[in-house]
Amino acid sequence: MTTEALPVPRRRFLRRPIAPTGVWSWITTVDHKRIGLLYGFTAFAFFIIGGLEALAIRTQLARPENALLTGDAYNQAFTMHGITMIFLVVMPLSAAFFNYLLPLQIGARDVAFPRLNALSYWLFLFGGIYLYSSFFLGGAPDGGWFGYEPLGRQLAGHGMDYYATGLIILGLASTISAINLLVTILNMRAPGMTLMRMPVFTWMALVVQFLLVFALPVITVALFQVFFDRTFNTNFYNIANGGDPLLWQHLFWLFGHPEVYILVLPAMGIVSEVLPVFARKPLFGYPVVVFSGIAIGFMGWGVWAHHMFAAGLGPVANSAFALSTMFIAVPTGVKIFNWIATLWKGAIRFTTPLLFAVGFVGLFIIGGLSGVTHAIVPADTQQTDTYYIVAHFHYVLFAGAIFGLFSGIYYWWPKFTGKLLNERLGKTHFWLMFTGANLTFGPMHILGLQGMPRRIYTYARGLGFDFWNLVATIGAFTIALSILVFIVNVMRTRRRGEASGQDPWDARTLEWTTPNPTPEYNFAEIPQVHALDEFWHRKYVEDEHGKVVPVPAGGSNGHDDPAAGHGAGHGGHGIHMPSPSYYPVMTAVGPPLIFWGFLYSPLLIVLGAFILLSGVYGWAVEPASE
Amino acid sequence: MSAHGSVGAEVAAVGAHGEQRPHPSVGQYVRVAIILGVVTAGEVGLYYLQAIPDGMLIALLVFFSAIKFSLVALWFMHLRFDSRLLRRLFVTGIILAGSVYAIVLATFLLR
Amino acid sequence: METGIGAHEVVAAEHPPTSTGMSNTKVAMWTFLASECLLFGALISTYLLYRGRVVSGPKPGDVYDIPFTSVSSFVLLMSSLTMVLAVHAIAEGDQAKCRTWLVATALLGMTFISGQVYEFTTFVHEGLALTTNVFSTAFFVLTGFHGAHVTVGIIMLLSLFGLSLDGKIPQSRAETVEMVGLYWHFVDVVWIVIFTLVYLIPSPGGSA
Repeated sequence: MTTEALPVPRRRFLRRPIAPTGVWSWITTVDHKRIGLLYGFTAFAFFIIGGLEALAIRTQLARPENALLTGDAYNQAFTMHGITMIFLVVMPLSAAFFNYLLPLQIGARDVAFPRLNALSYWLFLFGGIYLYSSFFLGGAPDGGWFGYEPLGRQLAGHGMDYYATGLIILGLASTISAINLLVTILNMRAPGMTLMRMPVFTWMALVVQFLLVFALPVITVALFQVFFDRTFNTNFYNIANGGDPLLWQHLFWLFGHPEVYILVLPAMGIVSEVLPVFARKPLFGYPVVVFSGIAIGFMGWGVWAHHMFAAGLGPVANSAFALSTMFIAVPTGVKIFNWIATLWKGAIRFTTPLLFAVGFVGLFIIGGLSGVTHAIVPADTQQTDTYYIVAHFHYVLFAGAIFGLFSGIYYWWPKFTGKLLNERLGKTHFWLMFTGANLTFGPMHILGLQGMPRRIYTYARGLGFDFWNLVATIGAFTIALSILVFIVNVMRTRRRGEASGQDPWDARTLEWTTPNPTPEYNFAEIPQVHALDEFWHRKYVEDEHGKVVPVPAGGSNGHDDPAAGHGAGHGGHGIHMPSPSYYPVMTAVGPPLIFWGFLYSPLLIVLGAFILLSGVYGWAVEPASE
Repeated sequence: MSAHGSVGAEVAAVGAHGEQRPHPSVGQYVRVAIILGVVTAGEVGLYYLQAIPDGMLIALLVFFSAIKFSLVALWFMHLRFDSRLLRRLFVTGIILAGSVYAIVLATFLLR
Repeated sequence: METGIGAHEVVAAEHPPTSTGMSNTKVAMWTFLASECLLFGALISTYLLYRGRVVSGPKPGDVYDIPFTSVSSFVLLMSSLTMVLAVHAIAEGDQAKCRTWLVATALLGMTFISGQVYEFTTFVHEGLALTTNVFSTAFFVLTGFHGAHVTVGIIMLLSLFGLSLDGKIPQSRAETVEMVGLYWHFVDVVWIVIFTLVYLIPSPGGSA
């Protein structure tokens, strides 16, 4: 909408911040890299909190008839643990990677809508704070992260109000971000970067944005229904007046199932980047891996009622969803075979990122296999609502997604900071976490099949659950120890970490063509892309024997010819980036205030609405850059 | 590098510069509006016709509303004249919504 | 270059080239509209499920006034025409005509909303309020969400009008009007679906 502005000194009365450093520069940033880092730090902080909730749960369950947590406190702990890990950790950690890397991987200077990008982050932060404020204001949500009705509308206190409205705010943040990143990937690729030359991480990100954009509206409606039921006494889930608990389950899981692919596909994308680099081989079957990711995203819409096998849908529905669920295992299996084939006969370097990536593959196989056993309806009737299910989803989400995300953290740390994390500490982290994960969640398969229900705050002596619960708790503390090791690694690296140089891993994709840490404008010249793994092909060719050899020094090998003159290449000087803005952070204050207002005071509603509308208005009239 | 260098192989029929199909004239818009009005009148008329069995009434009403939906989407929203990508985006949303919600409602009927 | 195509060429030249040839805003708006299909689909499905499950209180057939709602539906349909004429006008560079059609669209939208308000207050007088039964809850929330969308649209139309008076919507910014237009048409299209499914199609145990 605005024309390319001439470089004017960024001096503006009050409205437009100018300093490139300092707290205000972070608060008003619209730079995708800084926003990515903000997402990462915030998500990690919530990871610690969610982990402490997990430790509280595991400590309570270490012994039968334990009295560390009352039933009420336990309900809040496990509800918030789930909400935190899903909405405040894994999704934002994935968003951190998307934000930082997607423009770099596609050869762009920023995302399509930088200020909207900032808004997504601030809505996430304020939404998380809003949700957690419940602990101090009468009690946190306690109806499970799945909020089954009609229990959810009946629970006393404000906990479930925070549940409904908190997730509405977070959903808004993710929807806005998804539209932004979707447009970015479709529209802002460097010249020559066709869709089938994009890195797999970018592809998986694209599928995830589609899933978010279509799934979030469904749960948004359901959450508003709960909000209205609790606030205005509507009848959506009022059984006496004709409400139906199954409607909630359908709406929730219509979102909830695509959501689990939203949670795991980014990690799969990361693994698809890391394995080729550390095997020094291209990803085996790139088109097949891409199409499998698309297939998973697409088929993920057809399986949701497998979360409802015990809800009484009847044999026709159950059979149909059992079949679709069995089918969806296929594209995932295909990817696993492709990853293994990537490693096969590769020149493998056992670095920390590789260990986490391989850990992901192996442990996800276990989680995926237990998932396949759920697809068989009679078996699932036995497994459902037991610890067997808890085992399954923790294998795929913790031993799976979190391992994949850590692989990405170690792999891209040099890109974010210009330094390499310590390898010995990294490997210690990996082995401790690998051991801990298996100790914690492995026994849960057994506990579940022995009949231990889930979502219980204690269990009686003499049922035979004692031993494996204790083992699981030891495993949980092992995981905690591994995270401590990681934190120590981060702090040590900050002070005396080894400088990484531009391409420490001898990588394959475009983000590694920029200096580390990345300059504000990303690329001095917008790259011209000729192939998949463009960066690799600039460094290496195959000689007449098919051996990979470095490009001779001075050879262009299709490298950018600055004389070609395309895109916005200005040689790094006078590249005009979007200007920082106050309006995203200001606008984000509105929704939490409004929802607090519904709980405590109409004045807050008015204030929140005023701030929201002023923010939107100011934003609309402010030019994107000056 | 010409503009085509920045356009991937998957780009739809419309080129970025001047190759779009001509946009409708005011007259065409008015004609579409008249059709919309007539169809609406038809729908209301059908509603009052006692003679039609419910099943047929529903089918006809759905058919007419689909026509109105398409007319607004294709002409007023320019989908007929814009890139195929936009049509695909929107149609994906419609088909996805239609399918999943139809299945949800079906499970309530098929217990 | 006074045709619509020419105007769009001028606009396109000011944007950096995109991989698809479409502007970022346009792709974003269509993505948003696609996601809204899922939103309204959930609201409509809830209504379709619940309208036949009335335990007590009025049923759909007891309260609907089809002639009245037909007129307000027609009003909203015509507002789509005025909207597209506004877009057409600014694409040709006629700011004054654009403003006229923007105001017309907003007025038609406000007429529709007034019709809704009248209809709802009548229902309440007849004993059908938000919390009466499961049909009323689903109905009011569905139409309420739609009405809220229309209201946001009206605010955007009037804002465009104000900005245009200020000279801030010249021909080069025609796309902004087009985007608001897309939103407005979508809201109209949703009403087309609602009018048929909610009002016209007979509900089990409660048709006119």
